[in-house]
Amino acid sequence: MSKPFNNKAWLFVLPVFVLVAISAIIPLMTVVNYSVQDTFGNNVFYWAGTEWFIEVLHSSRFHDALGRNLLFSAIILAIEIPLGICIALTLPKKGFWVPVCLILMALPLLIPWNVVGTIWQVFGRADIGLLGNTLMKLGVDYNYATNVFDAWATIIVMDVWHWTSLVVLLCYAGLVSIPEAYYQAARIDGASKWKVFRYIQLPKIKRVLLIAVLLRFMDSFMIYTEPFVLTGGGPGNSTTFLSIDLVKTAIGQFDLGPAAAMSLIYFLIVLLLSWVFYTIMENYGAEKQDPRVEQD
Amino acid sequence: MAQITLDQIAHSFDPNPASDADYALKNIDYRWEDGGAYALLGPSGCGKTTLLNIISGLLTSSNGRVLYDNNDMTLLTPEQRNIAQVFQFPVIYDTMTVAENLAFPLVNRGVDRSEIDKRVAEMLQTLELADKANRRAQGLTADEKQKISLGRGLVRYDVSAILFDEPLTVIDPHMKWQLRTKLKSLHEQLGHTMIYVTHDQTEALTFADKVVVMLEGNVLQVGTPEELFDNPAHTFVGYFIGSPGMNIFPGTVSGKSLRLGSVDVQLSKGYSNLIGKTEIGIRPEFITLTSASMAGSQGMKFNLESIEDVGRQKIVRGNIEGMVVNVIVTEDSEIPSEPYAILDPERVCVFQDSFLVSGDS
Repeated sequence: MSKPFNNKAWLFVLPVFVLVAISAIIPLMTVVNYSVQDTFGNNVFYWAGTEWFIEVLHSSRFHDALGRNLLFSAIILAIEIPLGICIALTLPKKGFWVPVCLILMALPLLIPWNVVGTIWQVFGRADIGLLGNTLMKLGVDYNYATNVFDAWATIIVMDVWHWTSLVVLLCYAGLVSIPEAYYQAARIDGASKWKVFRYIQLPKIKRVLLIAVLLRFMDSFMIYTEPFVLTGGGPGNSTTFLSIDLVKTAIGQFDLGPAAAMSLIYFLIVLLLSWVFYTIMENYGAEKQDPRVEQD
Repeated sequence: MAQITLDQIAHSFDPNPASDADYALKNIDYRWEDGGAYALLGPSGCGKTTLLNIISGLLTSSNGRVLYDNNDMTLLTPEQRNIAQVFQFPVIYDTMTVAENLAFPLVNRGVDRSEIDKRVAEMLQTLELADKANRRAQGLTADEKQKISLGRGLVRYDVSAILFDEPLTVIDPHMKWQLRTKLKSLHEQLGHTMIYVTHDQTEALTFADKVVVMLEGNVLQVGTPEELFDNPAHTFVGYFIGSPGMNIFPGTVSGKSLRLGSVDVQLSKGYSNLIGKTEIGIRPEFITLTSASMAGSQGMKFNLESIEDVGRQKIVRGNIEGMVVNVIVTEDSEIPSEPYAILDPERVCVFQDSFLVSGDS
């Protein structure tokens, strides 16, 4: 039996395909192209094969930066996700304060990245910054430009300040969509606050939480502007994340081949880890499911 | 188990109610006897759910007191009142299995594990969910989910009362009947006080021993299904109960004589001192249609409009001198070509300003 095909449908997909090709596929292919060749400028290229990949994967500089990234993302997720859920739970559900709270929450999200970096750079300075000056007067020896711990602490606090709101807003959206009857039923069933959270709120916000985790992971793993503005990757290399290192390699040293190989590896790591997060969270709690039952 | 008394309950969702119209419930006084099966019947928005939530403690009334066996419960939580309530839409705990869902209210109250297992197993049997006990509740159908919601209320043996808020709305018709029968038999078995909110008269009349009819925040009448049918205390009750409802039309009554349009009808009871708006009510079941020759002086000319066949009965719709009248006749009865309507004088109800007046015999 022959199936009728309607090839006109391809025409509908074509504009999107062209757009995606121009915005994503062609630039990506350029990077792939650079990653397997070597150049000394003048548009002269030599075939390098997988050499750059091997070099990057074996370089301790790459390992260190990757380690910093993983540590940073882990800290960011460990702070922002629970904190975001907690704040979302305490926000009012109705009344005059709802818009006030939501607008206050959304403010940090509206500030451009480099401005955030600049704000904190000034804020933390011992001579003119409110934070730095206050800490100095309290006798705390705080200097994000020379002390590794201070630099990390500042970047983490800055990121928490900047992005926790996103988690809050997503979780809040999930929480307000839970019908009142669930809370009423829980009261009738005599459930404690913790059980209401564990068995009603958490399962109901699971999906938005997954989006929050993915967004915060990808963003924090690709962090560039704020530490670049604040510390420039220092002191030493202590806040040189993969993205900063990448820019140094590509533009600072003009090593286009290794930089291209590095960005591809970087990209694959983000993709892989996002997939891992997604799979874990989608399947969490599903182990009790009878395999014969279809998920709804 | 407890007798529940509502003492002058009134409720307004407005913190500063100005007039009567701001009240969702207006001064309700009622005693629900221990072990009774009640239905709370009324149109949407009449305050049934509000009243139910005040009884369960989800809501604290603006005025009045709620007593359980003479203990003032007005300010206590549902947990302290030890009450079960089932809602209109199924509430299930997605991440738990069916059995865990049923066990949840018992676990929260620290019941012994062995006791929990026993009761949950029984409840699974009763609800015919035993084969799905270890399945996650998330993937079930709407009526299975609602059965779980019902089960979480019924699994607690020692509750003061079980309240149902239109629990069968989402259930398939054939399952509805089955579940209602199940609730009825559980009531007989366990003897809990049950209050069942519905806007469906069939549900109310089949489930309850006593039906409480509400309208616009007031209780209009409380009675057995028969009482509501025979002697509706208010024109609304007459109209709301029965299918089709009671025929209500304006008329003048003096003594035993009723003047309907241009015809005088003799009543079995006399009425004196009627002031205000007088209305006459008669159920479609108690009107007969005959031919002109059989009707005599009591017959009123009936202008036939349509006949609907509803199984063993026929509903005849028409009017008498412009007043809309429905008549129910048996399926095999002949309808004369020029029908005259005769009212059963025993069954005529007289309403004064919408409220029933009992005549002098």
